[in-house]
Amino acid sequence: MPERPLKVLIAKPGLDGHDRGAKVLARGLRDEGFEVVYTGLRQTPEMVVTAALQEDVDVVGLSILSGAHMTLVPKVTAKMKEAGMDDVLVVVGGIIPDDDVTALKQAGVAETFGPGTTIAEVAEFLRANARQHA
Amino acid sequence: MASGARFSTPTELVDAALAGDRLALARVLTAVENRTAAAEEALRRLYPMAGRAHLVGITGAPGSGKSTLVAALIGAARGAGRAVAVIAVDPSSPITGGALLGDRVRMQAYTSDRDVFIRSMAARGHAGGLASTSTAAAAVLDAVGFDLILLETVGTGQSEVEVAAAADTTVVLEAPEMGDEVQAIKAGLLEVADIVVVNKGDRPGAQRTASQLRAMLVAVGRAGVRSTGRARTAPPTIDVAERPRPKEPQVLVTTATTGAGVPELLAALDAHRARGREAGDSPARLARAEAQVWAILADRIRADLHEPASRAATEATMREVAAHRLDPFAAADRLLAQGSPRTNRS
Repeated sequence: MPERPLKVLIAKPGLDGHDRGAKVLARGLRDEGFEVVYTGLRQTPEMVVTAALQEDVDVVGLSILSGAHMTLVPKVTAKMKEAGMDDVLVVVGGIIPDDDVTALKQAGVAETFGPGTTIAEVAEFLRANARQHA
Repeated sequence: MASGARFSTPTELVDAALAGDRLALARVLTAVENRTAAAEEALRRLYPMAGRAHLVGITGAPGSGKSTLVAALIGAARGAGRAVAVIAVDPSSPITGGALLGDRVRMQAYTSDRDVFIRSMAARGHAGGLASTSTAAAAVLDAVGFDLILLETVGTGQSEVEVAAAADTTVVLEAPEMGDEVQAIKAGLLEVADIVVVNKGDRPGAQRTASQLRAMLVAVGRAGVRSTGRARTAPPTIDVAERPRPKEPQVLVTTATTGAGVPELLAALDAHRARGREAGDSPARLARAEAQVWAILADRIRADLHEPASRAATEATMREVAAHRLDPFAAADRLLAQGSPRTNRS
């Protein structure tokens, strides 16, 4: 049986409308052989967690450029834990100050990716760290 | 407590899914998609509980509005108190195996409603418009109690008709001005439609497209025989009633973005389902059963012939065919006769 692709949710929580980066990443991960569920703009933490749960993704990728990552990301990780999804990898892309990176990692984020990260780097990290379901 | 630990056996996972645990349901669907041993166990248990839901296939060209119409149908069905599940299939890359599953973008309004469950599936190389495991996934959603299951195909062309066997009711979407009357009389996708929907009804030409479709999709062959009024001199050699006949689909106009025409579509779906129930559902459900059993049968034969006990003999036979010392038909006969550990076991 062929190895099945990793399934990744790419979501943009919050109110900023800059989704080009999320779309480019979604497309790039598709080309890296991932199954990418793209949910689009203006997601609430509840919407992200519901989509991740129903889709049974191996990875949740959050793209945030609004500066609201300290508000939104811990809500997502807390709700995921509540829903029993602590075996799902969470990564964040955007402009995240170093101090916040530490805090986000304490909140359950596996890694953050800033400007200049290549898609290959993201793909490699996900392959190395995601735990595939079933 | 990690969820992996929460459902430590396949039995517990299915128990939890049946008790309404949505993460457990999602993980049963993953097992089905990946065709694991746990999935077979789950499906054996769940299949007898399925068969109550109304399975509706939604198909049509890319960009004709399938996902938006599905979202509007969820709203209408929820308004009628029904639990709704969606299986939305998008294509897999033939090059990398990756996929971009984007149908959820149009279906965001039902996040906090636990009687709505949306699952995207990559087609994973299956060519008929669905994934090879879509029917099994629908059976799981049926068994855990969803009343209406919407199967959204990949964007289709003219001949991806597989959905007609997977669904009780098949809806084919057309966009206005996508073709003239000749397009409407070509064989293929439109022939399997129980309901044809001209979506984007607010665009110019929508009503004209609908009237053209209505005019062209009546079963002219039979109507024509009747309307000539001329008696045949000899009885037909084939019983006309026994020949497969084209469907005469209802043609509706919707504007999925505003919801216009959607209540009428839901009513038409219900009416089609009711007629199917009266007729005993046999053709669509028998076709679905056959497709599933034949697929499993083919998988089992392949798996058996690759088991350690038979593998060497199988490969030797294949090499004889490659060398043209044996023809492929004789090879197939030999492999079937060779039997398998599984068939000998019984």
